[in-house]
Amino acid sequence: MRTLEAKPEKPAFAATQNPCKLCAPLGASLVFRGVENTVGLLHGSQGCSTYIRRYMISHFKEPVDIASSNFSEETAVFGGGENLKTALENVIAQYHPQMIGVASTCLSETIGEDVEKILREFRAAHSTGTLPELLNVSTPSYKGTHMDGFHATVLAITKHLARRSGRQKTISIFPGLISPEDMRYLKQVTRDFDVAAVMLPDYSETLDGGAWDTYHLISPGGTPVAVLREMGSHAASLEFATTLAPEKSAGAYLEQQFEVPHMRMDLPIGVTASDRLFETLSLITGQAVPGVYQTARGRLLDAYADAHKHVFGVPVAIYGEEDWVIALAGFAAEIGMVAVVCASGGHSGQLRSRLLERLPKTIAKTAEILEDVDFSEIEEAARKRQPELLVGNSKGYALARKLDIPLVRVGFPVHDRIGGQRLLHLGVTRVPSVCLTSGSML
Amino acid sequence: MSPYDEKIKAEEVKAEMLKAYPTKVARKRARQIILNEVQAGDVVPEIKANTRTIPGIITMRGCSYAGCKGVVLGPTRDIVHITHGPIGCSFYSWLTRRNQTRPEKATDANYMPYALSTDMQEEQIIFGGEKKLKQAIDEAVALFNPKAIGIYATCPVGLIGDDVHAVAREMEEKYPHINIFGFSCEGYKGVSQSAGHHIANNKVFTDVVGLTHNRKPGKFVVNLLGEYNIGGDAFEIDRIFEKCGITVQATFSGNSVYEEFISAHMADLNMVMCHRSINYMADMMEKKYGIPWFKVNFIGAESTAKSLRKLADYYGDKELTARIETVIAEEMPAVKIVQDEIKPRCEGKIAMMFVGGSRAHHYQDLFNEIGMKTVSAGYEFAHRDDYEGRKVLPSIEVDADTRNIEELTVQPDPQSYKARLDETRKTTLAAKGMALNDYEGMMAQMDNGSLVIDDLNHHEAEVLIEKYHPDIFCAGVKEKYVVQKYGIPMKQLHSYDYGGPYAGFKGAVNFYKEIDRMINTKIWGMIKAPWDIHPQVVAKYGWE
Repeated sequence: MRTLEAKPEKPAFAATQNPCKLCAPLGASLVFRGVENTVGLLHGSQGCSTYIRRYMISHFKEPVDIASSNFSEETAVFGGGENLKTALENVIAQYHPQMIGVASTCLSETIGEDVEKILREFRAAHSTGTLPELLNVSTPSYKGTHMDGFHATVLAITKHLARRSGRQKTISIFPGLISPEDMRYLKQVTRDFDVAAVMLPDYSETLDGGAWDTYHLISPGGTPVAVLREMGSHAASLEFATTLAPEKSAGAYLEQQFEVPHMRMDLPIGVTASDRLFETLSLITGQAVPGVYQTARGRLLDAYADAHKHVFGVPVAIYGEEDWVIALAGFAAEIGMVAVVCASGGHSGQLRSRLLERLPKTIAKTAEILEDVDFSEIEEAARKRQPELLVGNSKGYALARKLDIPLVRVGFPVHDRIGGQRLLHLGVTRVPSVCLTSGSML
Repeated sequence: MSPYDEKIKAEEVKAEMLKAYPTKVARKRARQIILNEVQAGDVVPEIKANTRTIPGIITMRGCSYAGCKGVVLGPTRDIVHITHGPIGCSFYSWLTRRNQTRPEKATDANYMPYALSTDMQEEQIIFGGEKKLKQAIDEAVALFNPKAIGIYATCPVGLIGDDVHAVAREMEEKYPHINIFGFSCEGYKGVSQSAGHHIANNKVFTDVVGLTHNRKPGKFVVNLLGEYNIGGDAFEIDRIFEKCGITVQATFSGNSVYEEFISAHMADLNMVMCHRSINYMADMMEKKYGIPWFKVNFIGAESTAKSLRKLADYYGDKELTARIETVIAEEMPAVKIVQDEIKPRCEGKIAMMFVGGSRAHHYQDLFNEIGMKTVSAGYEFAHRDDYEGRKVLPSIEVDADTRNIEELTVQPDPQSYKARLDETRKTTLAAKGMALNDYEGMMAQMDNGSLVIDDLNHHEAEVLIEKYHPDIFCAGVKEKYVVQKYGIPMKQLHSYDYGGPYAGFKGAVNFYKEIDRMINTKIWGMIKAPWDIHPQVVAKYGWE
């Protein structure tokens, strides 16, 4: 067990028991859903597409098409170039997409496929017609988690599309893996600040839409490719990821390449982190924080006061993506809860130092901060620290049952409750569900 | 519609589907979209099945690993399953198929809530992962000390040259009290999860079945094959069997334990539910141990009764027959009450189902029972025999993808082979119409003019929905929200939408109610707002 003072040791187990992370191509697939008229294509066995579709659909409850190059045994041995070209042709013919995002899989990475070269050949062979944007991102799951796949794809899209032509007042937002409801909230906030904002990804409509009059092969919504091209001209970029290495950050790339000021912050969960967002927006736009948010902030603090009696001093175990863990632990601290276990399957190496910055010293000093762990290690820490509440995605339910404590479901995936895609985690307008449910559950 | 009109409509629909394809694709799909026509002797048209999905065409199909670990072995609670590969595969097969399990005692081994993976990293991809796999097995032994460990290979494993079988052998020497076996079920093998079923069947047959000879007590001891206890189906079937005085020696593999697998060859009979996923096992057990099998269907109250009567016929035991009849007579009235209430609301409505390798057949019975008709159906990963019946087995073309999956040669076991039926009994049963070791397939049961479609894709589903306006569409979660965007209710027949059980008598009642709820809900009718339906609202302000 890694405690604050101890140096990180090797994990107790070589194998992973009940993982606290998903695979990289899933992250890529999520991001592709956030660009308008875009189809994701996984270069590998069809099982990858099927499993990932199955998982995303069970959370978002929307159609999710992810194409595959359908490797067979032969392809696995001799290479999948022809399969990928056929897949591209068929996707173009059926979907008429504006962009096809090709993400690699463990299979294509293991055999060392040069996807970029295949795409070049494909473009050359189709030089007469107009092709959609063809984008390639490397997402081997043996190198990172779903969040690595997610960020790599955001960066790949940014690198592929962003150009600079003058300077606009628009801002870019790289929100990370948040819910469609969160995305809609952010869009409302920027509208209220009277600033144009471009979100990458923006799956607020594509992964949480209504009934349709006619069927759309590609769900409507998402940020248009043309709009993403202008990212190099934006006034600033906001990125809700503080554990992300600069070389993996789309915001850092825009800053370095096009001198777009880059502001990184924690996910705005709770008052403190939301204040930071509102201040930043105020700074960028030169506008005062709209009154509606000032009122909402007051109401939220009122709710904190109401819930305080129930949540104060309650030890809580938090798990999930690193940036989520930091934001949730920070939020827990501000309502008076004590994060005794902060755990993630990710391994950016930043979790500890970021938590030390974010949490009150007394809490940070004693918390079990665990990176690159699975649920068996989280359980071990939890047994030691006896939390009264678990906060994280649905995959912690077995642990919650074992420990006989409530689980507040947040983040992704939430597939065993209705409305996982509509949870609002961010901002101050509504009492974050975590506070409300925690109060009621305890 | 008259049967004649139905046929014309089906032809039109098929033409509409094919219109969108390039010539080559259209030619292939034309052989997979078939107008059903049952001729004398249950002869049906040939359908192309179990062929590769075309890259870029979104498929319902999964991979070999999913079929092996997820479907066939996954439901067994006391075998420790270790996925050898990067993390995704293990995560996605972790408790996702809703197979339920019920250990007899709280202390009994149950590893179902665990997902164990070697979580391969780049180091293993480059230098090989066998060392980490061995460590994982050591850890599994230290943690659980199980009776058996299964190792499941994912895509990279075969490519980097890791030998899961060699590791299994080596670790078995280290832990002689544990049965350790590996499955080469890399995702790229075969054309769908069907390859994984076969791989799973083979290994369980060679390395597990027949290790001990403990027959469970009881006069009538049978195995149930291809029942995976989704939503508790096997619990309902077990309840009925118990009432009838039938002992289940082993279920492959819903609510199962290892102990039952190793002594499965002691049963009198194999009853096969899902033909596709487990027919290899039935066939091999027949050859090696002399256990006959027949096809059963416990989906639908009438079908359950029919399957039970088939069982009574097999034994030809007066007492058993009487008991089975009593049970049917006891169970049916409760079913009938619900049927009578719901049927008037569902009668004449139409259903479509595209799922699995057997479910698309089984569920037609349930819909029939409430007066609904299946106008189009197809499988996701079945082979020709599941459509046309096993009589076509000799004429099935063996392509490269099939050839890559080992076909075991099985001889009668000198010690354990025992013919369960003598020739006279076989003749009597045949005269009664019992087809032993046979399955007549889905198409023989479907009406002429219905559309049978293998490996249905998005575009085709869209045409079906637009042309037929089905009252309900059945498939899996991946199709659910696509269909519901059209305002048509969609029932998941993989996970049951967290409902069930739907098997047996009580299951039938659950299903009738569920379909009634889905078909007769008001939600879909509210999609169009009144101002969309009547754009010119005639109204005045009060002061006007």
